Parts: sequence; structure tokens; C-alpha cells
Amino acid sequence: MSEDDERQQCPPSDLEFVSNKARNCNATGSGSGHPELQSVYLDQVLENVLENVLHFLTSKRDRNAASLVCKSWYRVEALTRSELFIGNCYAVSPARATARFARVRALHLKGKPRFADFNLMPPDWGAHFNPWALAMAKAYPWLEKVNLKRMSVTDDDLATLAELFLGFKELVLVCCDGFGTSGLAIFVNKCRQLKVLDLIESEVSDDESDWISCFPEGESHLESLIFDCVECHINFEALERLVARSPLLKKLRLNRYVSIGQLYHLMIRAPQLTHLGTGSFSPSEIAGQGDQEPDYVNAFAACKSLVCLSGFREIIPDYLPAIYIVCANLTSLNFSYANITAEQLKPIISKCHKLQVFWVLDSICDEGLQAVAATCKELRELRVFPVDAREDSDGPVSEVGLQAISEGCRKLQSILYFCQRMTNTAVIAMSKNCPDLVVFRLCIMGRHRADHVTGEPMDDGFGAIVMNCKKLTRLAVSGLLTDKAFDYIGRHGKLVRTLSVAFSGDSDMALKYVLEGCPQLQKLEIRDSPFGDAALRSGLHHYYSMRFLWMSSCRLTRHGCQEIARAMPRLVVEVIRSADEEEMDDAVEILYMYRSLVGPRTDTPKFVTIL
Amino acid sequence: MEVNYDNGLNLKATELRLGLPGSDEPERQTTPRSNKRTLSEISSSGVTDDGNDYQQDSAPPAKEQVVGWPPIRSYRKNCIHATGRYVKVSVDGAAYLRKIDLKVYRSYPDLLKALENMFKLTIGAYSEREGYNGSGYAPTYEDKDGDWMLVGDVPWEMFISSCKRLRIMKGSEARGLGCV
Repeated sequence: MSEDDERQQCPPSDLEFVSNKARNCNATGSGSGHPELQSVYLDQVLENVLENVLHFLTSKRDRNAASLVCKSWYRVEALTRSELFIGNCYAVSPARATARFARVRALHLKGKPRFADFNLMPPDWGAHFNPWALAMAKAYPWLEKVNLKRMSVTDDDLATLAELFLGFKELVLVCCDGFGTSGLAIFVNKCRQLKVLDLIESEVSDDESDWISCFPEGESHLESLIFDCVECHINFEALERLVARSPLLKKLRLNRYVSIGQLYHLMIRAPQLTHLGTGSFSPSEIAGQGDQEPDYVNAFAACKSLVCLSGFREIIPDYLPAIYIVCANLTSLNFSYANITAEQLKPIISKCHKLQVFWVLDSICDEGLQAVAATCKELRELRVFPVDAREDSDGPVSEVGLQAISEGCRKLQSILYFCQRMTNTAVIAMSKNCPDLVVFRLCIMGRHRADHVTGEPMDDGFGAIVMNCKKLTRLAVSGLLTDKAFDYIGRHGKLVRTLSVAFSGDSDMALKYVLEGCPQLQKLEIRDSPFGDAALRSGLHHYYSMRFLWMSSCRLTRHGCQEIARAMPRLVVEVIRSADEEEMDDAVEILYMYRSLVGPRTDTPKFVTIL
Repeated sequence: MEVNYDNGLNLKATELRLGLPGSDEPERQTTPRSNKRTLSEISSSGVTDDGNDYQQDSAPPAKEQVVGWPPIRSYRKNCIHATGRYVKVSVDGAAYLRKIDLKVYRSYPDLLKALENMFKLTIGAYSEREGYNGSGYAPTYEDKDGDWMLVGDVPWEMFISSCKRLRIMKGSEARGLGCV
């Protein structure tokens, strides 16, 4: 469930082809053959051997390194790379990618920048899957897997995938949009080998198409069906039949239109499930007063392999005891759509001794977090989301909860914590108690909010995090922060790859500290902070090593950005306006810049200018 | 007020404008970007006591929400708004249970009116001493300790967080709870 564990991508070098060392042709014995022919033969043998070896290399980073050794290795690596990961779909073109890699079976593409999720830029910015779909269809008809994040996918694209790739097996769409249930209908109908259909936090338009009924009859190969984000009714009878004929199904995440009664029927047909999203977890609107309720405890008891539980979209807490029996085996529990209290959480969490991933709403309050800390000693990832996501709402969780977690969950690696009040003391405590932290994202929802006990900025807290958490690669800061915080980050955040900044810092120095101090920085997203052109210039030495830089509502000017564009020809510098603004102003509302091998894209909407 | 006689005409006196006669022309609020009048400007004209004043009346405006802050995806925001505190409601003698979201209601009268509409009955008003005497129905709830309480006895916020289910009792049982 955790985002963002990519390894660093090597920069796209202008490949310098190191020539092969001369081979010792005499090694083959007598000089009867022509030396050139023998050399070619040996090269061929070596390449074949290399090919067989490189097949085993799976890590992107290792493959990128191998491809830089020499021309021969570059060629063989390109032949043997079967999973192609492209972190920014505009960094390279489909043509170029397919020209280099001949035998790709799996494509993983990412599109829009993350801040687009928060409505910071107009929709229809780009990241269209279509040109990729068409290029893949020609180059890789054997393609089996596609994983897209923040891309625009149309119904036609889904049809393309299903019709032009005969062995297509896995589709994962995370935070995507642009398609609807009618596209899904065509896709599931034509994809006869489908094993995985995972729709995660994607926007799916309701075309009133009964897509669940469109799965072909007969035994299905389905192993994973995730559609909890699909906001429309589904044909339950068809779903039940589908589950009944999918003996390999391990992961099933239902949407909120599935009632708990319907869930029961599905669970008894699929006791082999390992991952379950429960849907609404409440009865449909009206139920007969005398009606006998199914034995939910029994249904859960039958699912002996269940390790990951989520859903609870319209939870009626009365039904929670049904899950007690599976708690002891759970490694992942997602209550982040369930508005439950600490009292309702305790009987469950107290049984979750093996829990590693826990997502929850702040409705459980500090008290609930204390209960988590008391039991979940194996916790690796915690996310606490706000029920009321406004700046001035009451905050049910605070530094008390954070401190408790830091004391109880020493193996914590990743935390995302929304709150209204925080202290440096608690953050410092976490930096010392949880040395394995890789991801630290703290969102104090009130802008510029200081330590609520001392009234001081939150500099020291975040400073302690970068100083003490030696494995930290992802950081998101908030609260009242001066340039000092960024000085700490620049000095100590040597492994930081992703940094999110909002409403922070006093001057250009802050951004300079970071750009000059963090050599591993790949993704930098900044909003509403007082950084201007001078600060931007201080990163010139580093921008080719980064995937992207986003700066919105800062103090950049058009000519400042132009300077960068001129100095760095392989950087695409996009200036993005809010849709109704006129172009003339020199102030830059949004800057989004990224390295690219193919220069400016040709599909920019009206509100984007490439400098 | 300066009277400007232009060509012998007091144009100002005959000028058609919004606002009570005799009042100065009020300051217009600057609208961002578009030239459209905001709803508050249109609705407050000529109706308020201080016709001069185009400011929004009564409560101070809620703190302006910044776009995209806090950084929660709108899908999640919408889902959580849709999620509330769901509890089952039963009425003695009725064939069906209902499910309601407590988060939707702001106060006891709000909730009781909704229940009355939902089940087509009269519950009446709460009184501390006599409960719901007179109506024949008493709304009760089970709290987190498992005790059955009369709706209205505790402050609203406490009720919201401790109510596990609702039961609208009828007749003699109701009377029993009403008088403590």
C-alpha cells in the first residue's frame, strides 16, 4: 500500500559508447581463421552469455548501470529489459523507448505531477496514454502488463489494450482518469487472459454500463479485482457468479455499493482471499426488523488466509466484531474511510499484533493512537487522515498521538500524519525513537502554525528528523518554518529524494540550501513559499539529475524561468496558468520543469507555455 | 452632500440607483476579475437598514479556504464527507429498520424532526423533567457502555460520539423512561 518506493533513475546520459577492448584472438589456438571473423564470433558468444546473465537482473538501477558499461552491454541490456519503467511520460517519447527496448513485456508509466491531485492546475494538462498505447501495439504485441499512475486513459485506450494485445494479463490504474464503465466493459470482455484489474483511486465515469456482466463466461484467470474507487452501482448477481468461477482470486476490493449482506455471499464463495476490501460494511438502506442476519463471524472465520483488510466505506460499527477473528493475522488494515472512535477501535487493534500497515482517520483521537502504539509493535507504515480537512477545524490528534506512536512503534518506516497541533518535542522524539524512518510526512493543517506549546517555529523538529533518521528519502514539511529548517535539510538530508514544501521559509536562502545540499534530490514540489529567480538559479548544477521541479505561487518571474530554459537545453520548462488568467503578466503562477530527451511536447493545452 | 447642477439640472437628485433615498452612494466592493456582482451585493441592496453598506452582514466570514490545502485528494474528501456516523434506527411496532447518518444533523430538534418525518410519527419536545411525555413515543439510544438512555439527556456532541443505535419506544415503556 505504500507509495513511492522507486529507486533512483540514472540520468539520461548522452551515451558515450566506450569501444570494446580489443580481444585476444590468439586464444582460440592456431591462426587458421581470419582474426576479424573470429573476433565477431567471440563477440557474439559473449553477447549471448551476457544476455543469459542479464535476464536475471531485475532492478532498474542495476540495469541502467549495466547499460552504461559499453556498447555491447548497452545492446544486450536493451534486449533483455522486460519491464520498462518511465517515471515521467514526457521525459522520453514512445518512439524512442520502443526503438531502444525490443522485448518489453511490462510497462510502468507515470504522468501528471502529484500536486495536480490537489486542484492546483487546470485539468487536461496532458499525460495521455494514447500515443503510448498505439506505439506499444506496434512494437510489443506480446505486452502483458501495464501500470499507469496519474495518466489520462480513454475508453478507446482500454479497447486498444484488450484488442491489440492478445496475451494481456494485468492492468493497474492508479490516480488515473478519462475513462468510464463502458471502456471497462469492452476491456474485460475482450481480455481473455486477464489476471489483474486494479483500479486504485481513479476517477471512473458512470456510463451506466454493466461492466461486471461483461467478463466472459467460463472459468476466469482472475487473481485480483480491485474496484473500490468506482462510484457506481454494480450488478451484484453477475459479480457473485464471477467470483464463483474465479478459483485463483486472491484480492478483491469492493466499492461502497456492495452491502454487508452481499459481502457475506461473496466471502463464502471465496475463502481463499488474502486481500479484501469490504465495500460499505453496512446493510443496504432498509432491512426487515425481524430479519435474520447472516453469520458474518463465520464468513470471516472461513477466510484463513486474509492478511489485508480495507473498505468500511459506510461502516456501522455494530458489525465490527465480525472481524475480530482475522485480526491476529492481519498485516495491513485500512480504516481511512471509517469514522470510528477510539472505543470502537480498541477491541480490534488490541488483537492486531502482526500489523505492519495501518491507515486510519483522526476520529480515533490521540487515545486511539495510544492503543495502536500499545499493540502494534511491528508497525512499518502509519497514515492518519483528517475527517475534517479544513485549516480551522478541531484537531482530534496532536503531538500526544505522535509521541505515543514513536514510543510504541520502534520499527516505523513511513508516516503520514495530519494534525492541527504539534510540538518540536514530539517530532524530535520520533526522530530518536524511530531510526528506520524512510518517509516522514507531517501536515500541520493550519498554515504557518508554530509549536503550540513554545510558540517557536517547527525548525528544530524537522531538523532532528533529517539529522537522526539516516535512511530518510522522503520528507514533507509544514507549520511555521524559517530558513533554518531548510539549512538543516541541506546539511543533513543527504539521501532525500522527494521533498514537499508548502507555506514555508523566509527567503531564497531556504531553497538554495536544499538545491545545493541535497545531492539525491529527484522530486521537489513547492507551493506558496517566498522563493524567487535567484533561488531557482542556484539549482542549475542539479536539474538534469532530477525528475522534476514544481513551484507554484512562489516569486518566480517569466524572465527568470526563461534564463533557466536557455541555460539548460534538455530541460522542458513549463509555465502553467490557471485556466482563466491572461498571459501577459511576468509573474509565473506555476512552474513545472523536467529533464527530457525529446524536447518540448506537442500536446500542450492553451494554459501551458513552454519556454 | 455636494449637489452638482449640470446645465441647471440636479441630475443626482433624479438619478436612479439602489439604496435608500438620502443616502450617499455606497462603496462598491471590488470583485475579483469578473465584473459580475456577487450574490451578496445583489441581495443586500435596498434591503438592509444601513443602505450605505454593501458589506456582508451578521457573522464574520469563515476563514478563506486555500485551494488544494490541506493536501487531501478530492476523492478522499468527498468520500469522507459521505461517510458519517451511521446508526440503525428501530421503531417499536414498525416492520423495518432504517439507517441514518448522525453527522448530518446539527442538534436534537434537527434529529427529532428527521425521525418524525422518516417514521411518520410525533415525538414532541424534550423536557428535562418530563422527557417526552404526552407524545406516546420516546426516542432512546444505546450508548457505548451498553446503557439505554433517553435522547436529549446529554449534550449533543457527547450524544453523537456515544450513540450506538437508536430505538423509538412506544406506549407504557416510553412513559417509564420519561419520568425519572
